[in-house]
Amino acid sequence: MFRERDLEEIRATREEWERTVLKKVMERWPERREEFRTMSGIPVKRVYTPEDIADKDYVRDISFPGWPPFTRGVQPTGYRGSLWTRRLITGFATPEETNKRLKFLIQEGQTGLNIIFDNPTTNCFDSDNPICEGEVGRDGVPIDTLRDMEVVMDGIDMRSVSTSLIIAGPFVMCCYIALAEKRGIPIRELRGTLQNDMVSLFYTVNSIAFSLPDAFRFSTDVIEFCRRNIPRWNPISFIGYQIREMGCTAAQEIAFTIASAVAYARELIRRGMDVDEFMPRFSFFFNAHNDFFEEICKYRAARRLWARIAREDFGAKDPMSWLCRFHVQTAGSSLTAQQPMNNVIRTTLQALAAVLGGTNSLHTNSMDECYALPSEAAARTALRTQQIIAYESGVTNTVDPLAGSYFVESLTDRLEEEARAILAKVDEMGGMIAALQAGWPQREIMRAAHEYHRKIKEGELNIIGVNMFEESEEEIPLEILRIDPSYEEHQIKMLREVKARRDNSAVRRSLDELKRAIERGENIMPACLEVVKSYATIEEMMSTMQDVVGRGEESKHAFVC
Amino acid sequence: MIEKRPIRVLLAKPGLDGHNRGINLVGKALRDAGMEVLYGGMRVTPEQVVEMALQEDVDVIGLSIFSGGLMTVVPKIFRALRESEARDIPVIVGGIVPPMDERELLDMGIARVFGPGSDLDDIVDCVQELARSRLERETA
Repeated sequence: MFRERDLEEIRATREEWERTVLKKVMERWPERREEFRTMSGIPVKRVYTPEDIADKDYVRDISFPGWPPFTRGVQPTGYRGSLWTRRLITGFATPEETNKRLKFLIQEGQTGLNIIFDNPTTNCFDSDNPICEGEVGRDGVPIDTLRDMEVVMDGIDMRSVSTSLIIAGPFVMCCYIALAEKRGIPIRELRGTLQNDMVSLFYTVNSIAFSLPDAFRFSTDVIEFCRRNIPRWNPISFIGYQIREMGCTAAQEIAFTIASAVAYARELIRRGMDVDEFMPRFSFFFNAHNDFFEEICKYRAARRLWARIAREDFGAKDPMSWLCRFHVQTAGSSLTAQQPMNNVIRTTLQALAAVLGGTNSLHTNSMDECYALPSEAAARTALRTQQIIAYESGVTNTVDPLAGSYFVESLTDRLEEEARAILAKVDEMGGMIAALQAGWPQREIMRAAHEYHRKIKEGELNIIGVNMFEESEEEIPLEILRIDPSYEEHQIKMLREVKARRDNSAVRRSLDELKRAIERGENIMPACLEVVKSYATIEEMMSTMQDVVGRGEESKHAFVC
Repeated sequence: MIEKRPIRVLLAKPGLDGHNRGINLVGKALRDAGMEVLYGGMRVTPEQVVEMALQEDVDVIGLSIFSGGLMTVVPKIFRALRESEARDIPVIVGGIVPPMDERELLDMGIARVFGPGSDLDDIVDCVQELARSRLERETA
């Protein structure tokens, strides 16, 4: 990017600067540390200059927003056109309570829904299964049958809202589709995202209703169905967020997220789809952690790396296929129980990094999430955090304002290179599924997590209130959300009412049909839709599927290190 | 003189939650401190936890739970412990625990609660102390 003559002059000036002023200052006032590193351990120099990005080509490596390789963002106008989607995660207690909270957030200016489901639903159990006792509605909304989705979305216009469903597999997606059909809305008009990345969920939150290959197959069925029937729906969102929450580095977050995308892309191609039929609707989900610049560079590096992989490795021709469009959530694991009000400031910085990194959608955590699900007051502050960044700070006035910073470009390069090296290793092992079966990503991530905690313990990384500026005997100034246990009883009562009212022979017929579809190796989605419409329960659907393919098993690779 | 064997700890995740970073970190810290750590797995029932604890003759049980199910699971564990011959095995808990639940857990008989931001050394010390006082009670 620079002429040789300029570089020579820069080098000469730098050397002179080092010999004179820098040397003098360093002798009298040594720096605070021997070496400076990012949170992920990448060395950071004192000062960056054009020398550090001398091999960069502006057009090839940085270029324009909305133009390959998309380092500067996927929208040509950035946030000058439209702001990112403000989406707070919602879901707790019952479908009724969740519906109320969703309406409240819409009224407060939220622009998209982001619904999370409780542990029983995520694990495909009915609320009345004894194994779920005490967990119904605790960490999300329960969905036992189509009835619950009807209640969650009551009074919300499915045509105008974009909905993100934080769950994998066919059941909840089919509830959403079936509800639209019931309301007479053509399903091709639905907009939103299904998380659906079973590969990442397998080792992050250990979703093990099915074996990894079976879960992979069923989630790929959902993608295939959605691509053919719901053109504006993102049928998968590759989850870097959870991977980072396990304690990995920024480069690992990029690499393992993209590794999952590569696995799904290869499978869809193997099934006979053209790459440009599905790739335009791939979406991604990243974390925003504490190291401000490293996070900004992570988003820039991920966009560029994905664009290159989509184009060069997969031969995608539609520019939409090259776009790494992503949602960001600020890092839950960065919140501290100590001095919890400080979490508002942490979340603000993380959210700002996501915005400067060009996120398409954002969730900001509430300060009290180190203790419980957010209270309404804490959730409002989290939303206001985004609104202050969006409307007050001025950072949205120009696109990718940090481009061209010698440091930012250099760190972006470094993260792309590191992520590429990890991806090459995954490929050597036969792809992400084979690598996971061998336990390699799990062990690498756990090693990074241990390293992270060692650094905090030894003071290499600072966490205010934890290893610096601690306070003893703190009063916790927060109102904590309590989920009344009677919600669980209510949910079980509703489930029993649905079961008493429905036509059980229709349920049986639809489940038998699903079984046959699995045995025949067909896409299961049409059969799943019929199952949902018969008001069969989530567990009835899962057990039927398990009758054919069996269950999964916990991967214990991470524990052995 | 009792032959000195390493402290044996059972770590498990009852309930439906699947987040395992905490339990992995604690497991490594205990192992690095010279203890034998048995991993009981995820989504195990309270009865399975107690059965494993007996079978493996552990000195301390550590439960990791990040879901709201904690307050339902813990009484069941104590019930199963009381019904077994392992009633005196101390139990510690880690995870996301609201402050008022912490009080209640301690009242139920949980030896210590380690919430977010806990220090691994503190956990190691606590397990060593619990194992030592149990051994003293046995030999007395």
